[in-house]
Amino acid sequence: MSDLAASARVVRALGGRSIRQTFRRPQLLAPIVVFPTLLLAVQTGGAGASVELPGFPPVQSFLQFMLAGAMMQSMMLAGNSGGIAFAVDIEMGFTDRLFAAPIPRFAIVLGRLAGTAALGLFASVWFLAIGLIFGAEIEGGVPGALLAMALVTASALAVGGIGAAIALRTGSASVVQGLFPLVLVVLFLSSAFFPQELMIEPAKTIAEYNPLSFIVEGVREPIISGIDATVTMEAVAAIAGIVVLGLVLSARALQHRLRVG
Amino acid sequence: MEVAAKAIEAPASPAWRTNLATIAALMARAKNELVRVPGAAIPGVLAPTIFFLGLNGVFGALTQLQGFETGSYESFIIPVSMLQGAGFTGAAAGVNLARDYEGGWVDRLLVSPAPRWVLLAGNVLAASARSLIPATFVLAIAFVIGAEWPGLDGLAVCYLMVAATAAVAACWGSMLALRYKSQSAAPLMQAGTMALILLTPAYAPLALLQPWLEKVANVNPLTQVLEAARQGFVGSVTWADTWPGIVAMAGLLAVLGSLALREMRRTNV
Repeated sequence: MSDLAASARVVRALGGRSIRQTFRRPQLLAPIVVFPTLLLAVQTGGAGASVELPGFPPVQSFLQFMLAGAMMQSMMLAGNSGGIAFAVDIEMGFTDRLFAAPIPRFAIVLGRLAGTAALGLFASVWFLAIGLIFGAEIEGGVPGALLAMALVTASALAVGGIGAAIALRTGSASVVQGLFPLVLVVLFLSSAFFPQELMIEPAKTIAEYNPLSFIVEGVREPIISGIDATVTMEAVAAIAGIVVLGLVLSARALQHRLRVG
Repeated sequence: MEVAAKAIEAPASPAWRTNLATIAALMARAKNELVRVPGAAIPGVLAPTIFFLGLNGVFGALTQLQGFETGSYESFIIPVSMLQGAGFTGAAAGVNLARDYEGGWVDRLLVSPAPRWVLLAGNVLAASARSLIPATFVLAIAFVIGAEWPGLDGLAVCYLMVAATAAVAACWGSMLALRYKSQSAAPLMQAGTMALILLTPAYAPLALLQPWLEKVANVNPLTQVLEAARQGFVGSVTWADTWPGIVAMAGLLAVLGSLALREMRRTNV
């Protein structure tokens, strides 16, 4: 068996383990599914009249507008949960056993990220299904839905990289869990929940430059109006930037972990 | 020997005094925990603050809609964040009880001669007292960014509702903690309180809610609590807006308190 095929098997096995772990532990699944679904329902029901505000982009309904935000929230929390689970593995010595095994180190991190990406995919399917059930239309049709799913999955992988880097660096689940409020800050300071033009300063200006806003718009565009190449490319560029940042941080954190044990 | 004999002969304190002392001791334990591990209070303070600032920045333009009672969204949303902080604090009391159960502390309490309701009251009242910390913190932030002064009566009613909400959430959390006997039930404790608080006119007045949420909010007792807490921030305080909140809180406390007590009585050592 080639090295690549062996690594792929390791990634698949570890990815499958991380998915099973999430579905077995309600405390890991709740932030990914329950909280974003609850917030989607509450925000759609509570702020639904906002589509009448002057300057609100033309949408079929506020639910249609909010789907991308809910996916982003779920994706970010999946990344955070993946980091927590990784840190728990480090605390319990499971990762040390993997480090001692004859498998490439990158496959250990990639296995965890594959699980996080799969959860991102699950989140996108979940929220698209909720949207369709409650009457939201996907203007971009099947290609638009597939594009939104691909972007959310890739974003989960990217954000999971940062979560994994922090887990590797600190080796503490409580530190990674402590990042939960930061996830909320990044979300609120983006256009995830409201059009950036209608937000209040300073959130409005920060949202304009927040990479998450570019990803949100990339996911939202195929849902509310159809596929737009420019918006999609901006989202891909933002995801690529986060991937590179996650890779650099993970590589450095992995070296640190191997050095300190 | 003589000392022990004297102690036995000494008249016992009245039951109510012993019960009060036990409640005070349990509350002091919760306070010590806060003093010794100050970081433990941070999530309870941080989450409602982030929600307050975030919701204000994101949904602030909603006040431009016709039918909004105030032009200041920070004034409209601040009671929600204060109640949310109380909800988180109450749920945390449930998580702490589950942790104490896992660690064997609850077993030791249960074999003590203290009545079950006293043990529950200690936990619930400690949560009520603790909820004033996040409420005060987020309120201070709100005043800094321009929330309107609710008046002393408005502030008093708001704090009463905050403390009562924390007690309700603590009853809910304690009930789940004693039923599942594991910290794994934490998401259920938090999601339950969060749902109860947010399925109200939290983001916009009742008339501007989507029909389904308006129906849910109309039957959710927390709506009356929120309206009572909010009245001073968006207008004047009236008895007509206050008593439904008090009644709703009393009802919730009676129901959830009974359920929590039932779980505590069912818990075997």
